[in-house]
Amino acid sequence: MDALDGNAIGGLLQEVFGADMTAAVGTCAFCGRVGPVAETVVYLRAPGTVVRCRTCSNVLIVVTEVRGRKCVDLRGLAALAAS
Amino acid sequence: MSPPFSRGFHRRHQTPAGEEGRVPPGQYVTQDFPVLSAGPTPHTPTEKWTFSIKKGSDTERSWTWDEMSALPHENVTADIHCVTRWSKLGTHWQAVSIDTLLAQVQHDAGFVLAFCDGGYTTNLPLPDVTNGQAWVAFGYDGAPLPPEHGGPARLLVPHLYFWKSAKWVRGLELLDHDEPGFWETYGYNMYGDPWKEQRYAGD
Amino acid sequence: MEGTAVRGRLTWQTATVSQLVDETATVRTIDLQVPDWAGHQAGQHLDIRLTADDGYRAERSYSIASAPGEPVAITVERLEDGEVSPYLTEDLRQGDQLELRGPIGLYFTWEPARDTSPLLLLAGGSGVVPLRAILRYRERTGSTTPARLLYSARSLPDVIYHDELDHYNQDRGVDVIYTLTRQQPPGWTGRTGRVTAAMLTDIAWPASQNPLAFVCGPTSFVEAVANALVGLGYPPGRVKTERFGATGAPGGP
Repeated sequence: MDALDGNAIGGLLQEVFGADMTAAVGTCAFCGRVGPVAETVVYLRAPGTVVRCRTCSNVLIVVTEVRGRKCVDLRGLAALAAS
Repeated sequence: MSPPFSRGFHRRHQTPAGEEGRVPPGQYVTQDFPVLSAGPTPHTPTEKWTFSIKKGSDTERSWTWDEMSALPHENVTADIHCVTRWSKLGTHWQAVSIDTLLAQVQHDAGFVLAFCDGGYTTNLPLPDVTNGQAWVAFGYDGAPLPPEHGGPARLLVPHLYFWKSAKWVRGLELLDHDEPGFWETYGYNMYGDPWKEQRYAGD
Repeated sequence: MEGTAVRGRLTWQTATVSQLVDETATVRTIDLQVPDWAGHQAGQHLDIRLTADDGYRAERSYSIASAPGEPVAITVERLEDGEVSPYLTEDLRQGDQLELRGPIGLYFTWEPARDTSPLLLLAGGSGVVPLRAILRYRERTGSTTPARLLYSARSLPDVIYHDELDHYNQDRGVDVIYTLTRQQPPGWTGRTGRVTAAMLTDIAWPASQNPLAFVCGPTSFVEAVANALVGLGYPPGRVKTERFGATGAPGGP
């Protein structure tokens, strides 16, 4: 089962943030890699959506849907800058 | 306002007639075995594989693949229930009981945290991984467990939601308190009883 | 307020299927009438949501096949074990309704006024869909930006938009190069086999021209091609990628 990239969660992130996030630039809190959210490694088929750093594989973002509400955990990002 | 229904669209599989009693609330039966993952599939060769029981950073007991293979193992048939709502009935595994492993360790732990290749973790109360309720499974349907389903070995704890049956398991850490694992940290239930529909924290 | 599209706010809308066009034996284009469509950019996608009458829902993402200014269309490949693609390519009829939201994704977009460098498009299978939207937009705007498409397909009958791409190649100054990986017609003198670094060395615009590359298709195709382009000197920021997963569709079959 191949991973996708941040393009695949464009709709989900726009729903949560109210703006396109695929071109937003994230900084990995573990290895410092800087790049567009579109270029992250995304695992969609899980109890939640898991977004990992393409360089170090650490978890950047987790989105779950708990009782119908989207929950976004961003603790793996040191920074996230809208483009 | 309800969404428009898509004329003619339906899910791929339906619960077989008469099996409704085996299906917890909110679940549907699938004939597939969906592969769900939070990260890349590890590929640990059995020559390098070990299973350890730890207390903190101390390893109380460890088994190599060969040592694990020499332990008594059993065929387990179980219904499994994923929190993403699919259930698969009558799955067949070849596995070593966690009772067999814990019998070789002196402890008074109340809880365990399973740890895995790739960094996944999940927590369980000790009474839920003993008394014939939990296994380390290395075979599925008579063949070696494939990597995408957790091979070389995964935890098998069918009475709880299947995220507790941690793939690519490498050991159990013995704890005196309940420590949230991966999905529990992100809002899933600490226990996960499918019959009480304990999907999320607070359920 | 369902169905009202507010620019920037992504809401589910109900669209009506206006036309169905079979592109290949397993691929169909679905033209959609979307009442509150706010327009889109070349390369963007939309999300489709299907609801069965027991409430079961499935969501998938599909690249927009049409150019900005044209009615919304998606092109869907039927995947053998798919849950949604067989429905969209076989069961859906003209006049049926679909829920969708979009357009989505500003990263993987081409805008001729902004992006004037030589354009390199690399398609693996159904990855050609957003790249065709880009070429269609290039056509509509009369852009003369040099453009080259390398399209990897299993066989000639699997090439989507074949006539249209040949037209761009013959009459509109776009270099269209096919590589057929599994089967070639008799007398085929074109390229065969998967895209390799050697093939890209021949075909890619030299890095010194500051080209802009768009790579789309299965994950393994995108990784191999993107890595090869960086190996040829393309700065990573000049190689835009969109992975469709092993199965060829973003988000699954």
